[in-house]
Parts: sequence; C-alpha cells; structure tokens
Amino acid sequence: MDLFEYQGKQYFARYGIPVSPGGEAETVDEAVRVAEEIGYPVVVKAQVRVGGRGKAGGIKLADNADEVRTHAGNILGMDIKGHVVRKLWVECSSDIAKEYYVSFTLDRSNKVYLGMLSKEGGVEIEEVAVSNPDAIFKISIDPTIGLDAATAQKWVADAGIDEGAREQAAALILKLYTCYVEGDCDLAEINPLIWTTDNIVRALDAKVTLDVNASYRHPEWEVWSATDTEDEREAMAKERGLNYIGLTGSVGIIANGAGLAMSTLDVVNQVGGTAANFLDIGGGANADVMAAALEVINADPAVRSIFVNIFGGITRVDEVAKGVIEALRRVDIASPIVLRLDGTNAEEGRALLKDHLNDSLVAEPTMLDGARRAVAMANAREEGN
Amino acid sequence: MSIFVDENTKVIVQGITGGQGRFHGVRNRDYGTKIVGGTSPKKAGTDVEGIPVFANVAEAVAETGATASFVVVPPAGATAAILEAAEAGIDFIVCITEGIPAHDEARCYNILKKDFPSTRLLGPNCPGIISPGKCNIGITSGDIALAGGPVGIVSRSGTLTYQALHELSQQGVGQTTCVGIGGDPVPGTNFIDCLEAFEADPETKAVMMIGEIGGNEEERAAEYIKAHMTKPVVSYVAGVTAPPGKKMGHAGAIISGSQGTAQAKMDALADAGVHIALNPTEAGEKMVAIVKSL
Repeated sequence: MDLFEYQGKQYFARYGIPVSPGGEAETVDEAVRVAEEIGYPVVVKAQVRVGGRGKAGGIKLADNADEVRTHAGNILGMDIKGHVVRKLWVECSSDIAKEYYVSFTLDRSNKVYLGMLSKEGGVEIEEVAVSNPDAIFKISIDPTIGLDAATAQKWVADAGIDEGAREQAAALILKLYTCYVEGDCDLAEINPLIWTTDNIVRALDAKVTLDVNASYRHPEWEVWSATDTEDEREAMAKERGLNYIGLTGSVGIIANGAGLAMSTLDVVNQVGGTAANFLDIGGGANADVMAAALEVINADPAVRSIFVNIFGGITRVDEVAKGVIEALRRVDIASPIVLRLDGTNAEEGRALLKDHLNDSLVAEPTMLDGARRAVAMANAREEGN
Repeated sequence: MSIFVDENTKVIVQGITGGQGRFHGVRNRDYGTKIVGGTSPKKAGTDVEGIPVFANVAEAVAETGATASFVVVPPAGATAAILEAAEAGIDFIVCITEGIPAHDEARCYNILKKDFPSTRLLGPNCPGIISPGKCNIGITSGDIALAGGPVGIVSRSGTLTYQALHELSQQGVGQTTCVGIGGDPVPGTNFIDCLEAFEADPETKAVMMIGEIGGNEEERAAEYIKAHMTKPVVSYVAGVTAPPGKKMGHAGAIISGSQGTAQAKMDALADAGVHIALNPTEAGEKMVAIVKSL
C-alpha cells in the first residue's frame, strides 16, 4: 500500500521523525483554516501518489490567506499525470540550506536491507544514480543485526552530509530505520531530507510503501486503506476481497493464481487483443467468488468479452463450473464468456457446464484457443458498436 | 533421480491438525510420500488419519527420523515454525504459507543462512516440490505429473507450474522433479539452486524454467546458465503486458522503474542460449521437441 505524503508524514511522526507542522485540507476553506493555524508562510502541496508534483504546479508557496485561496483553488481538482488532486497538505514553509536523500528498502538480490544516502537530494534519485552514481552511498544491513548509532554516524560522514547537520541526520536516520523495520515498510524514503537555515534536519517529503502482508499487526493502517484505491473498479473488487488490477483493454480476465492470470494477459495480447484487467480469484474459488468476479468485470463498461482461464490445483474445476452457473443465475452479464477449464476434476466440470453452453457461454480446450475466441468476440462486438 | 527429495524422504507436517495441513498432508501421504508425522502443540498424542501428531518438531524428529518438513502454518507463526524445524535438525523445509510479512522472511532467511547453513528452505508462498512417483510435498495435484523424467521444472508461480506439468504430461513427457520456488520477495531457494541441482542430476536431460516479472532472479539465472549449464533450458517469463508499479498478485511480482520487466529477463535468458517461449503452451511444445531430439 502506497501512502500519500501526508499519511507518510503522520507515520514518520509516530516514530519521532521530525516533519514540518501542517494539516490536511479537502477544500479551499479548510486549507485557509490550516494555514491560519500554523502561521505564514505556508506551502500548499497536492496529495497525489506520483512524482513531479512541483513541476506540474502542484506545490505552491503562500504568504497570506488570499494566496492560499488562489493556490488551493488551482491545485484541487488538478490532473497530475492522470492523478486527480482531491486532497492538500498545507505545512509551514522551510528555509532550506541543503537537500539530502535517504531511503531503506529490501535488496532482493542479497536478501538484506539496503540503505541509500546522498547529499544530492531533492531531485529524482534515479537521475542521480545515472548522472552521478558516486553521490549515492549505499549500505547493506543484515536484518538479524540491524543498524546501530555508530554505523549511522559513519554513514552520514562518508556520504558527505554537511558537518553541522550530521548529528541530527544520523539520529533521524536511525528513527527512519526503526520505522522501516518495525513499521513494516517495503519502502521508507525521504526526498528531500532538509537542513534548514535555522539548523534543523527534517523530512520535507515522505514516500512510504507498507507491506500489506503485515496489516494484521498494524491496526493503525486501517484509516489509510480506504484511500488506497483510486480506480473505482479496483475499489469495488477490493470490497469483495478480490485481487484485481484495472487495465485499459476490452477482454475481461478471470484466472486462478497470479502467474496464470499474468500469463493470460500476455496470451490475450499475443493473439491481438487487450486485457481489461488482471483478476486472480486464488485457490478454492466457489460460486460466491466467481459471482463477485463476474460482477466486478461486468461493471466495467469497456469490457466486450470475458475470458475465464482456470487450471485446477487446489481449486476444483467442478466447483468453478458450479460457480459460473450460479453466477449467471445471480448476475446479468452483458458480455459473452469464454471458458477454459483444466486440472483437478476438469471432466466433471465440463460435464456440468455442457447443457449451459450457448452463444454467450462457450468453452475452449486450451488457453490459446480460449484467448483467440475471447479476442475475436471482443473485436466483433467492438465493430458492431 | 530427483533433486532435494526422493522416495525415502521422511516428512513431517507442521500444522497437520489445521484444515489445510490435514487436507494436503493426507493427500501427500496418499500419493506415496513418506509422511511420518505431524506437529500440533495442543493435539500431541492424537493422530490424523493414522499420521501421529507430536507436540513439536524435535519430538517428531526423535520419534520418526524425519529429515524434511512441510510447513502449513498461518503467516503470523510461519517463520517461527520454519526456525523450529531448522533447530530440530530438519534439512529440507517446504513452506506454502502465503502472506508472510517481508521483514519476517528477510530475518528468517538470514538466520537460516548464518545458523543453519545446511538447511534448505523452499518457499514461502510456493506450491512445493513433486518428484513424480516418489515424493510430493506441497499442494500440487499429483495426477498432473508424469514419472520417469527427463525434464526438470522450476517455477516462481503455482498455477503456471501446474500448467507446465500438464503441457508436458499431455505429450507423454515426464518429469524428474518439479520445484515451485514461490512468488515472494525473499525465496529460500532460488532458480540457481535448482538449476545447479538439475545440472548435477544425471536423469534430468533438460530444464524448463518459468519466471515472472519483478526482482532480478531470472537475470542471475541467465548468468549461471551461460557459465555452467550444459543441458538445454526452455523458459517462459510471465507478465510481458504487466504495467509498472502494480503488484501482479505475488508480493514479488512488481516492475519498479526499469527493473524487473519480462522483456529484460527474456533478453538475458536468450543471450544465455535459453529457448524462449512466449506462452506456457509454446514452452511445452519447445520442450517436447527438445526431448524428442535427445
């Protein structure tokens, strides 16, 4: 789960990481109220989960209520790289002396934690990595040992963090590490980490990705999960407990298992079609799951045909077949459905479906045949429109 | 021959009294796997369809001489169960649990590496391992596999593993061992571990490797294949059409920046002389052709 900046800063604050005082706002009036409370000058910041907000005009300095009003009015509703701004974060402006970068993430190659620190913050770290790789100081941290104060102090010195800022920076970095580990983050990144002219080191931005597998031990995440999905289809799928990702094509996809679902997208693409979504119904799918899956796909107006690709392992194909039949009884599906059913109890499943097959519910023997049929149907209906 | 397990491997099931542990433990036993016991702290002394239940792994090992463990324990307790098995001297652990926090996995992996270097963990979040006709530890349905070799399979995805077995078995091509390494960011066993074992196994004549987006394990495997593999390898990488920044179901399947794309992985594998297939069916066809030409 990717957090918005304001959520990331709230999370940082729980771990004692210094951030600028500020508040959330969803309207112009709220933005003014926050600004009056914290005092001018303030920065009005668009809350979208995409980089390049500043360049897009989504971050503005305001010296008084009128300016807050103007900027908040302009930024709310603004489209930044396909993300519509619905929320603002208004915070005290900072007099920046230096901008640094720090992050913690998992080094998947070596299966240890990777810390990255640079005195060249404020720009995309990927750009620094290309233009000036020596400016990024990396350390590997053994998860069974952790990061201690001495290592953090040496790290900030090695990275060339300004002397006057080192002590505060090292202390902040230790807190960020604790947030990363105990806070179950996949990524905890501060860019920029600033040193102000009045000698304070704090996080000016927050990029945090939470590991949803750890949700069970973090009840405090619950308030953020509501804002996690921006795509209406994804929100609907999430309510129904489905693993769904919205895409832009015309063939709705239902498969069991993430790998098979991904592969189904690929095969649909190879035979000249485009997938409307990724949807993994997981193991042990029953009528309820299948009905929910068909419902979510049915609600997508771009869908022209639906390809159900099941390879039974734990999932029994006869159960899936019952699910499809039951789902069709419950939900009025607008698009034709192509079924490819293989694996555990496939013959029983096919037998169950035999009498239900018609022009809008067809069966194909293999994944490739199924994809071809679904794409042909989608294309025919597209042309018919 | 098979890799990692064989017909003599004695296995215990950790979590055998739970719904999934019971179902798969009994199913593995019925397949012919030597399931010699299970553990459950509260139900020690009972049995599950004839499989004796012990209080902990140490007792189970002392009583049965088990060397392998099948961990079917919910996420919150899974890494503790893995470490308990390692401490009791188990040297091959299969964990199918999905949804273990990444930090738990990272800690567990590094403890195993440091304190139990001879213990191999397969998974978590994997379908397990099957050596057709000999041993099946995990959730793969035994009837889609065909005994007798000569193909070894290694895969990151569960259902694509089944699909691969099915494509080969349908054509009458058998498997020596099929290993599902799992879709999490910190897998205990990786592609290279399996490729190395298949290369060393005289009965395995060719290897099918099924990858997916995310991480760089396929790229590393390509380097290994280029330098060390003499046997032909057919590969399929799922997720060519996956958009960057979206986790495609598996916690490990995410393209971040330009890292981890299917195309980059296929390019690296092709450069290592691997036969690249664009879908599972094509992978099956290419492998069948290779086996027939052997």
